[in-house]
Amino acid sequence: MRLPYPSNVKIIQVPCSGRVDILHLLRAIEDGADGVYVAGCLEGECHYISGNLKAKKRVQYVKKVLEELDLEPERVEMFNLSAGEGPRFAQIAREMVERIKGLGPSPVNA
Amino acid sequence: MIVADRKPLKEILEMLKGYNRILVVGCKGCVSVCNVGGSKEVGILASILKIAGKKNGLNLKVDEKTLERQCDPEYVELLKDMVDDYDVILSMACGVGPQFLSERYPESRCLPAVNTTFFGGAVQHGVWSERCAGCGTCVIHFFDGMCPIARCSKSLLNGPCGGSADGKCEISKDVDCIWDMIVRKKMEQGRLDDLLKFMPAKDWTTARDGGPRKSVREELVQ
Repeated sequence: MRLPYPSNVKIIQVPCSGRVDILHLLRAIEDGADGVYVAGCLEGECHYISGNLKAKKRVQYVKKVLEELDLEPERVEMFNLSAGEGPRFAQIAREMVERIKGLGPSPVNA
Repeated sequence: MIVADRKPLKEILEMLKGYNRILVVGCKGCVSVCNVGGSKEVGILASILKIAGKKNGLNLKVDEKTLERQCDPEYVELLKDMVDDYDVILSMACGVGPQFLSERYPESRCLPAVNTTFFGGAVQHGVWSERCAGCGTCVIHFFDGMCPIARCSKSLLNGPCGGSADGKCEISKDVDCIWDMIVRKKMEQGRLDDLLKFMPAKDWTTARDGGPRKSVREELVQ
């Protein structure tokens, strides 16, 4: 489809969103990412039964951590979409970039 | 196992104010099993501290080390070549850990990162429940394997009380009435008569009421 999405989104592929750990999200923030999001499969359609639900809980945990550190929890997010939804993938990337631009650079980089 | 919860981050950050070189020390014992102070949780807390430091413009040195156990001197000893490089040691073990660390390294500042809560077990993944109060005189054999000392809100030995309704304790709908469970099990097994026996007041001197406790096994003491 060759759909364009913002070039500042760096993709890290994992076999399933259930592979994404709390520490992966925290390390991204620690190393200076202004935002991190997990793109998992639709809820109820995980090939590994519950990987995306586990990822969702981990994202929620990290949001809570950011809140406790007086950082914006919106810098971390979970999205659900199917592998066939290319246009939605590009749209989510644009949405997330807009959101982060609205929040400004991460205070961790100050 | 001994169950614990991580302290709120604000409390941990408040404790660490003024310290720039931090060693986070985990324990591979109970707190690893209840997912609060093992190597993984040490990594997470270290990362959180680094984020907090960078946010506040501090150049923090945060390192990680997880010991086999923090309640045995031979493992605590393994930190001897490290402690001098840090302003503070943050222990993620139960309350025993920071005390053993501060006894062995009196020159160092040792702080707890967790609140130690109870002796219990995992009733499902991610959920732990109290089972033992460490009272020093076990009475579980009288109650078919259920402990009213740890699991009755009033630690009643002659229950249930009037606060038991529909199998729940009056303190919360989320708390099972252990006396309801004891009575049901006795009825199912045809041994309800056991409960006609009056249980006299418990001698609490073997519990915390008798002061700090110590266990000495002469055959092992060297």
